[in-house]
Order: sequence, then structure tokens, then C-alpha cells
Amino acid sequence: MLNQYETVFICTPVLSEPQVKETVKKFRKLIIDNGGEIIHEEDWGMKKLAYPIQHKSTGFYYLFEFKVAPEFISKFEIELRRDEKIIRFLTVRLDKYAVEYSEKRRRIQKEKSKKEA
Amino acid sequence: MAQNSSEIRYLTPPSVEIKKKKYCRFRKNGIKYVDYKDPEFLKKFLNEQGKVLPRRITGTSLKYQRKVSTAIKRARQLALLPYVTDMLK
Repeated sequence: MLNQYETVFICTPVLSEPQVKETVKKFRKLIIDNGGEIIHEEDWGMKKLAYPIQHKSTGFYYLFEFKVAPEFISKFEIELRRDEKIIRFLTVRLDKYAVEYSEKRRRIQKEKSKKEA
Repeated sequence: MAQNSSEIRYLTPPSVEIKKKKYCRFRKNGIKYVDYKDPEFLKKFLNEQGKVLPRRITGTSLKYQRKVSTAIKRARQLALLPYVTDMLK
């Protein structure tokens, strides 16, 4: 049984752009290698934090939406915790309403990017 | 004299408040999922100090109040919303 999950994590602002991309690539690979399927990913870029975390007031936000077996999540979270480049993360299981909502959100975003292009 | 007492004149006419019925915005608009990634929307349910507003003020139904509160807590973890502040709005 595969469940749909969503993970948002924050990287330290100390990193350069390619370093952030590398971290993202590492976790993407980890998901795929464990039989997961990435449905969507989103780069929110550098954002201001509402309160300081580890004396930092900004961070790079990144979002993954993926389908994976539930046993993998604990492993994934350990890996996130181990990485010192990541200062905060949150994994949420998506229920049917959330899946519906995220699909709608993606559609709206697509239309927006089409209009801009 | 009895007539006079019924004719009380006010300097300023008393404002009669018409109570607007509160409603649950989720029920009305058919929103089924409260997104924690949208802090601007969640701010409608917070006061200036960043505390969650009670149901009696926002009019949200219990089912969605619970969802709002979990969404706010998730947004706080991700530093999208503050735990405590002043002058949020």
C-alpha cells in the first residue's frame, strides 16, 4: 500500500544555489531508490522565517509530494535529521481531500505560469 | 403624563445593532481541506499576538476549527507563522 505524503524542508541560507540543488537531488534520489514515486516538487526559494531557527532568519524552502510505502517515512526522516544543512522539515500524510486540493493547486499554478509565459 | 414617559427623546439616536448571522466559511464555500502552506489565509484566524481566535468570533464550525488549528500548528513549525508576536496585522 502506497500512501501519498508531502514534505517541506528548510535549508540553511549559508548554502549557495548549487549546494541547495545538490541536497534536493540527494533526497529525490533517496525517495526514488526506495520505490517511491515523486508526484510534484516545488521550489519556494529563499524566504524569511517567522522566527529565528538556529540564529538564522531566512531559509530555502523546498516541497516534495510523493507516493511511498509507509515504512520508508521513518527512514526518510532520520536522513533529514542527520543532514545538518536542513534546519527544519515537516512530513504530512495527505488524505483524500488534501490530494484533491493539491491537484487543484497545481492546476492553478500551471495556468498562472502559462499566462506569464 | 403617561404619554410623555413613552416619548423619550435622545440627543443621539440609539444605534440598534442588526445582528449579522455568523457562518462557517468552509461550509459555505465548500472548502474541504485547510492548507498549512498558505499563511496569508490562516492569518484570518489569528489575533494580533498570533493566537488562534475562538469559534465564537470567527463563526467556524467545530469540524473545521479543528482543521484550522492543526494547519496553524503546522505552519508554525515551518516558521510560516510565528508562535508569539505583537502587531501581526
